Parts: sequence; C-alpha cells; structure tokens
Amino acid sequence: MRRGAAAVVALVGPLALVALAGWIGAGLSPSRQLEFGNALVNTAIVVALYVFIGNSGVISFGHISFVAVGAYLSGILTLGATEKNFVLPALYPWLRHTHVATVTSLALAAAIGGVYALVVGLPLMRLSGLPAGIATFAVLGITYNVLRNWEKIGPAAQALTSVPEVGVWTLTVGALVAIAVAFVYQRSRGGRMLRATREDPGAAQAAGINVYRQRLVAFTISGALAGFAGGLLMHELGTITTDQVYLELTFLTLAMLVVGGVNSLLGAVVGALSISALDSFLGDAENGIHLGIRINLPDGTRLVVLGALMALVLLLRPGGITAGRELGFPRRARI
Amino acid sequence: MTTVQYLIDGVSLGTIYGLVAIGIGLVFGVMRLVNFAYGELITAGGYTLAYLNGQPPFLAILACFGVVIALALLQERVAFRPLRGASPATMLVTTFAISFLLQSVYLLAFRGAEGQQGKVVSTLGGLNTAVTIGSLHVRWILIVSVIAGVVLLVSISLVLGRTSIGLHMRAAAADFRTARILGVRADRVIVFAFFIAGVLAATVSVLLTVQFPLVDPQYGVNVTILALVGVVVGGLDRLWTGTLGGFTIGFAYALFGDVLSSTHRVYLQSVVFGLVILVLLVRPRGLFAPWRRATVERM
Repeated sequence: MRRGAAAVVALVGPLALVALAGWIGAGLSPSRQLEFGNALVNTAIVVALYVFIGNSGVISFGHISFVAVGAYLSGILTLGATEKNFVLPALYPWLRHTHVATVTSLALAAAIGGVYALVVGLPLMRLSGLPAGIATFAVLGITYNVLRNWEKIGPAAQALTSVPEVGVWTLTVGALVAIAVAFVYQRSRGGRMLRATREDPGAAQAAGINVYRQRLVAFTISGALAGFAGGLLMHELGTITTDQVYLELTFLTLAMLVVGGVNSLLGAVVGALSISALDSFLGDAENGIHLGIRINLPDGTRLVVLGALMALVLLLRPGGITAGRELGFPRRARI
Repeated sequence: MTTVQYLIDGVSLGTIYGLVAIGIGLVFGVMRLVNFAYGELITAGGYTLAYLNGQPPFLAILACFGVVIALALLQERVAFRPLRGASPATMLVTTFAISFLLQSVYLLAFRGAEGQQGKVVSTLGGLNTAVTIGSLHVRWILIVSVIAGVVLLVSISLVLGRTSIGLHMRAAAADFRTARILGVRADRVIVFAFFIAGVLAATVSVLLTVQFPLVDPQYGVNVTILALVGVVVGGLDRLWTGTLGGFTIGFAYALFGDVLSSTHRVYLQSVVFGLVILVLLVRPRGLFAPWRRATVERM
C-alpha cells in the first residue's frame, strides 16, 4: 500500500508543477504566455532527454536531432497548401500533398523521432562513455547539415514560417503526456533493469540484463518523446530555423537536466522550469521591472548571470537541485 | 601537383587541430575532465591580439600568452578544482556553463557599435603571403604552424618524459588515486596541465588568427568541438593517440573540402561526421589505440 502511495506522490510532484505553470501561464498576457509556452516545451524536451540519459547514465548530445526532425515534419505537414507552395517549392511531392491536423502532426512527430532514434541506436547503443557522447554528437552534426542543405525535405537554410500555433493549454497537456510516459517507463521492468545497469554495468550484466537491448529501448522511447517535444516546439513558435535546433538548444537542455538533477524525473522538470523562469526573469530585468525596488540590468547581462548561476549551482550542489530524488514522504530511519 | 597541394592544406589545418587536441588530452588525462571551455581560451587570445593590432608583434604575442595562461589557471582554480570527484556528467555540463558564461562575457565586453561584426586581427597578417616552390603555393603561416607544432610536441614530450613533474603527470594520468598515495601532489600536477594547455591555446590563437582574422565570441567553439571529436576518435587513453586523432580530423576536413565537388561540398560536415561514427563503431577505444581486447567498458 505504502509503496503504491509513494509512487502516486512521486508522479504527482512533476505533474502538479507543470499543471501549475500552465494554469498560471494561461491567465496572463500574450507575451507572458509565450514565455510560459517556452518553459513547457523545454520541460518536454528535458523529460525526453531524462528518459535516456537519466535512466541509462550514458550521455547523449544527439537528442536535439530528434527534436529537429519532429519539429520539421509536424511543421511541414500542417502548413497550408498555398504557403507550402510558396515557402517550400522544391519539396518531394508526397510531402507537399499531405496535410494533417495539428494533433495528428504531433503523433507523427513522435513516430519519426522514435524511428530515427531506433535506426541510429541500433549501431550506436553498443558504445558507452565518451565515445557514445561523441557518436551521438556526430548524429546531431549530420542532421543539422542535411536539414540545412537538402531542399527536398524542408526549407533548408530558410526559416519555416506560418505554421499554425497552439495555446498554453495544449503545450501543458503535451508536457504532462511526456512526463506520464517517462514515469511509466521508469517504473516498468525495462526501466528498472536500465537503472540497474546505470549503477553497476558489470553486476547488471551478471544478473542477466542485456545492457544493449535495454539502452536501445530507452533510446527509442526517448527519441519518440523528443520528436513529440519538437512538434510542440514548432507549434509553439510558429516559425523555426535549423540553428534553433542545434548546439545552443543541446547545451541549454542538457544544462537544465543536470542542474535539476539528472537521476530523477522531478529533477528534469524542476531544472527545466527553474532555468526557463530565471531566463525570462533576467530578460525582463534587462528591460526594467518593479519588484519593490526597481531592477534594471544592462543589456546582455542575462546570459552572463544565467551562465554564472548554472555554474554556481553545479559547484555547490553537484547532484543538481533535487540531488536525484523524487518527491516522497519524509523517510523514517530504519533500524 | 594538385594532390600535393591538397596534402599541404590538410597538414596545415591538421597541425592546428592537433595542438588543440593535446591541450584537451592533457587535462583529460590528469582530471578525466573534458573541457568545453577550452575554446574560450583561444577566443581570449584572439581578442587580446585584436586589441593590440598596432603594437609590435612580439609584444602582442607575449600579451596573448599572458592573458590565455592566466585565464586557463583561473578556470582551474575557480571552476574545476571544487568539482574534482564530481560525476562526469556534472563536470561536463559545468564546462558548458563556463564556456557559455565566457562567451556571454565576451559578447557583453567586446560588443561592436553596430551589428556584432567581431574584431579583426592584423598582427601577423604578413604570414599569409605565399612562397612559390615549383608550381606549389605554400603560405608562410603553414611553415610557421608546422614548425611551431613540431617544437611544441617535442618540448612537451621532453617535459613529460624527462622531468619529474612530467613523470608525476604521467603517473596521475595512469591512476590518479594511486599516484596521490605515492606522494604526487594533485594540485601541482593539475595546475601544470592547465598551464601547458594555456600555452597551447595561446599558440593556437596566434596561428589561427592569421588564417581566420575575424574574432567573435564564438571564435574558438568550432575548433574545440572538432578537436574534441578528433581526440575521442584517435583514442582518449593516451596523449599521442588523441593528438594524432586531432591531426587526422583537421586533415580530413581540409582534404574532403578540396576533393568534394562544389555541389557536394555543403555536405562536408556530414561526410566527416559519418566517418567519425564509422570509426567509433569499429574501434570504440580509438583509431590509433593499440589492438587489445577490452575487458571492461570504460568510464
């Protein structure tokens, strides 16, 4: 009984945080809604990263590739026919003639993210440690390079624009779905096996766990979530360029995950929300805000303060804000 | 003759990536830390040179070395010393954060009046002129790069092989805990590694700004990332394999850039990264690592 209740509490924590963010955001002005939407999409991306990196302990720099393909596919498929002919004249005919609703496009984004991750993961999941990090980074480099130059599958170096946008509520539901999927996976048999390999690969193998297979499963699920989050990103912004889904997003989302605490779902959510909030706050402070006293930072300090605070959190609390713990009842010492 | 010209271009870029690779590899060896903020050292050197444009080259280069080495030691003291023993993911992301922080500081401090054009370095621009040998065009900078590379490589291997601090560094790289138990001073070894890394970064700033004179806040990022990829491809466990890996990736980049037709050249990055993945799959311990069966997985 108690374990079941603990599970509910652990799930309710992240869900409640995101729902709260969505609820607050929905009641605010359009420019504020944009900031909240951004935070929610970041949460979905970081949760996707967490499913693989957090559970397996293997670092991946390649997940933004899945975000990118998800974003571009869902954007291209929901673009109106006239805009499509205008923005993307060189597109493959089957891509040009297909048009789907926004929700369907999100499902397809998840599908392409998952398939891409599976194809990439089949060879790459044999690696671990830094070679795995570098190989996934190479995947990111290739994805960016191809998306930026191949005009038959997208707008190449141009921006993809006039994609239908969705409101804060849809983004909230999207982030909640990502969290629920991550939670169910983490408590599944496969998820527990993978966490065992993270703690001690040798012992896990000796206990009969197929490390390669469990990593591949997690990589695929996390790729699907990343593709889905990419779809959300596309429909949040309405316009996107390849540079928005490359190095900066990779580093920022990884930093969110580690600052929050890489070993727990709560950490992923807390990291994403707190850094997004800090970023928005500093952005406002550059324009001048009143908080009892008037705060007005010089232009450009936002990034400096953000970088310094992230470094500071990691120096003072190397396990991240949550130190890898989920929300739970206070523990009583057992003797 | 064009083949030789391609090879010359390859060696020129390869030397620079090789130097960056040594800097990254040395620090990794003693600290197991991949320093993404290494590129910002190179950028700092570039800015120093740009601000001393009219000054005598000797002074400008001296200042460049001073600034870069100071920044390298500062990074070690402020950011990486408190992190010793933290998990690899935390260390890695902290170096991102430092890199990001320094880039933002550069952006703020060296902002141009209009539209972020960056600063142009002209200190050693004369080295871009070419000597013609037969039908070959060899720019002076290439000769200087290769000489600087060889001199640094030889002196570093002498320091590592013939001095007691070098012996300590090799011991620390092999097994940090045992080395400490045997009386190797951790702080001294690590500070020394960062010092050499600073010297290398300053050298790279000087050489790189001759070929690519426009310095912006992200100046060192691409070189660092590619050299890092090279280090892992070559093999992280030893210094020389990583260095050779860095050289190889620079060489491959220049070579494929020359060989690919102009329509395919936009896919240069994909070609090189595709090869990187292939090498990692076939030889995860590194292209130049000795043939030996891996018993346990690394890291």
